[in-house]
Amino acid sequence: MTPKSAPPRAAAREAAFPPDVADIPPVLDEVELVQLLTPEGERVPHPVYDRYLADVDDETLRSLYRDLVLVRRVDVEATALQRQGELGIWASLLGQEAAQVGSGRALLPQDYAFPTYREHGVAWCRGVDPLALLGLFRGATNGGWDPREHGFHLYTIVIGSQTLHATGYAMGIAMDGAVGDADGAATIAYFGDGASSQGDVNEAFVWAAVYNAPVVFFCQNNQWAISEPLERQTRIPLYQRARGFGFPGVRVDGNDVLATLAVTRKALTDARTGQGPTLVEAFTYRMGAHTTSDDPTRYRLSSDLEAWKLKDPIERVKAHLARGGHADAEFFASVDADADVLAARVRTGCLEMPDPGPLEIFEAVYADPTVQISQQRQGFSTYLDGFAEESA
Amino acid sequence: MTTMTLGKALNESLRSAMEADPKVVVMGEDVGRLGGVFRITDGLQKDFGEARVIDTPLSESGIIGTAIGLAMRGYRPVCEIQFDGFVYPGFDQIVSQLAKMHYRSAGRLLMPITIRIPFGGGIGAVEHHSESPEAYFAHTAGLKVVACSNPADGFHMLRQAIASDDPVVFFEPKRRYWEKADVDTDAVAGPLHEARVLRPGTDATLLAYGPMVKVALEAATAAEADGRSLEVVDLRSLAPIDWPTVFASVRRTGRCVVVHEAARSHGVGAELAATITEECFYALEAPVLRVTGFDTPYPPSRLEEAYLPDLDRVLDTVDRVLEI
Ligand SMILES: Cc1ncc(C[n+]2csc(CCOP(=O)(O)OP(=O)(O)O)c2C)c(N)n1
Repeated sequence: MTPKSAPPRAAAREAAFPPDVADIPPVLDEVELVQLLTPEGERVPHPVYDRYLADVDDETLRSLYRDLVLVRRVDVEATALQRQGELGIWASLLGQEAAQVGSGRALLPQDYAFPTYREHGVAWCRGVDPLALLGLFRGATNGGWDPREHGFHLYTIVIGSQTLHATGYAMGIAMDGAVGDADGAATIAYFGDGASSQGDVNEAFVWAAVYNAPVVFFCQNNQWAISEPLERQTRIPLYQRARGFGFPGVRVDGNDVLATLAVTRKALTDARTGQGPTLVEAFTYRMGAHTTSDDPTRYRLSSDLEAWKLKDPIERVKAHLARGGHADAEFFASVDADADVLAARVRTGCLEMPDPGPLEIFEAVYADPTVQISQQRQGFSTYLDGFAEESA
Repeated sequence: MTTMTLGKALNESLRSAMEADPKVVVMGEDVGRLGGVFRITDGLQKDFGEARVIDTPLSESGIIGTAIGLAMRGYRPVCEIQFDGFVYPGFDQIVSQLAKMHYRSAGRLLMPITIRIPFGGGIGAVEHHSESPEAYFAHTAGLKVVACSNPADGFHMLRQAIASDDPVVFFEPKRRYWEKADVDTDAVAGPLHEARVLRPGTDATLLAYGPMVKVALEAATAAEADGRSLEVVDLRSLAPIDWPTVFASVRRTGRCVVVHEAARSHGVGAELAATITEECFYALEAPVLRVTGFDTPYPPSRLEEAYLPDLDRVLDTVDRVLEI
């Protein structure tokens, strides 16, 4: 792996701003991508990662498929609910199911995941009810679940912040002596390609490296940060940044649930056994809009979308299962039926979700409430009672 | 005179500033092809090119920090922060660097940077998309802070902010982006840091800015039906505050209510109440009262109607200030 020679410096005076990065070859090694299941559903062997799938039998394969289908179904339902005005907004995971289910299923109960706002598939793997996620997007709550119960932190909307939280939690694991063997614990920090530009994310890399913290940085490179393509964030493949910080980076086919499972398992195993952080770049594609508020036709070509459709994360598992005789038509029908039941439950649950009461505004601001908050609560309560009396 | 939305007025303002001065550059997340998430920069990259309408990497500290360098090189950057709650990663650059550069350099370095921030609630958004952080900036010496409330001000105030040789934090009431009014783009605008009496009245003064100006005007209309005459002042500038206009109004009416969405304690309303009390003590018939957000984080959107000051809360407080 010899680096290519440094690119010729563009003649400064004539250089366009911003430079066309396609014309300036960055200095890099050959780009490697871990893929274990081709888009056609063919299982390809891998010298390093196969051993991390030793326990993946037919039943596990089928359950992975089931998870993929269910999380996509929930996502479709949530998008529909937003369209009908039941949610304020929804951030779709369409296209990223394998990256999320593969990494989510790699986690052990003692691990802790730190999501962005799009990790509905990881939430599913951590046993968070999809309805709890909908509560957030409906505006009924800013949280919605107990992070400790699920080892799944609250969604973080401010880009990149959670990577430091994951690093600090991992430092705590190390301080507690809870690393060193296969029973050790680890954290996983989710973030996007856009987030890789944030100071917090880069600081998290530094801290994790310096303290050899048991954290996996899991970047879903879905190629877009709202309207900005990857080249507005980076000149080298994101996983290669890890080396500069002093830990390994690996790019995995994020539309391949098996590869993502294996690569994340290795990274988590390394972390929990005291070998420090890894940056996993899950190479994938945001098939939908950034959120339901976004209109991607303003900034990207539909031909890209068409090309990525051929790499669909669910179709390749289905093809693999069917071709290898690991599942029959009855199985696929039962998964679809389960998905419909789940979607119906999510829909009803969303429609029936009660609004919080106005005095909940004042709840939980402090562990030890201040007199000031209590007084404002009391004042507002009296004010609201005035209306009740008026209308009585 | 053209009728346009606030969003369109801001867009036209940016366009005319860029036409007038080749050193004006727009920078921010998604401001290019997308035209910003609120479309305030719509079409600008197409017309002025990628070197003047810059889609930046996703980092607010980077946006402000590099704008400072660009300003030192003679540019006049207009930075867009996508939402109020996302300015904080750039806070250090704003407060420690941008605000102090002129002072530290003994006036040698100018920082003609405008930071546009859509602010306030009322659009049913998730966390961090509905905040009112103006007090942090108004509290920082070296920054000028303004908030527009209508399309005409949006157009003229933004042009003036961009023309200012001081850094200006420019707050845009996002829930008013779609509201229309007449804009005379050729009009000669009054000073940027001047407050405006939007509606004269005799019984009490309502001081508001940004999204709450409309609420204050509606309250004045409603109060009129009850035989109460309220004067509405749009502050427009929060740092500096146009004290002569404020004092003159309060001295006329003898009573004052401040309205803002931001939390109550240590806010702009507190500054107004304190200074009005100091300067107009003998003209005041009652203490200055405040109608504000509560001292809590901005709540989930299903609760924002309860959190945000509205017509009823303003009128309730007006009742109280008039009873004293
Ligand atoms: C600090 C901060 N700045 C801006 C935003 C607005 N914003 C929300 S998502 C987003 C793009 C994120 O892109 P990426 O990290 O690639 O993740 P993706 O949404 O594609 O999953 C932006 C700019 C934000 N949430 N936080």
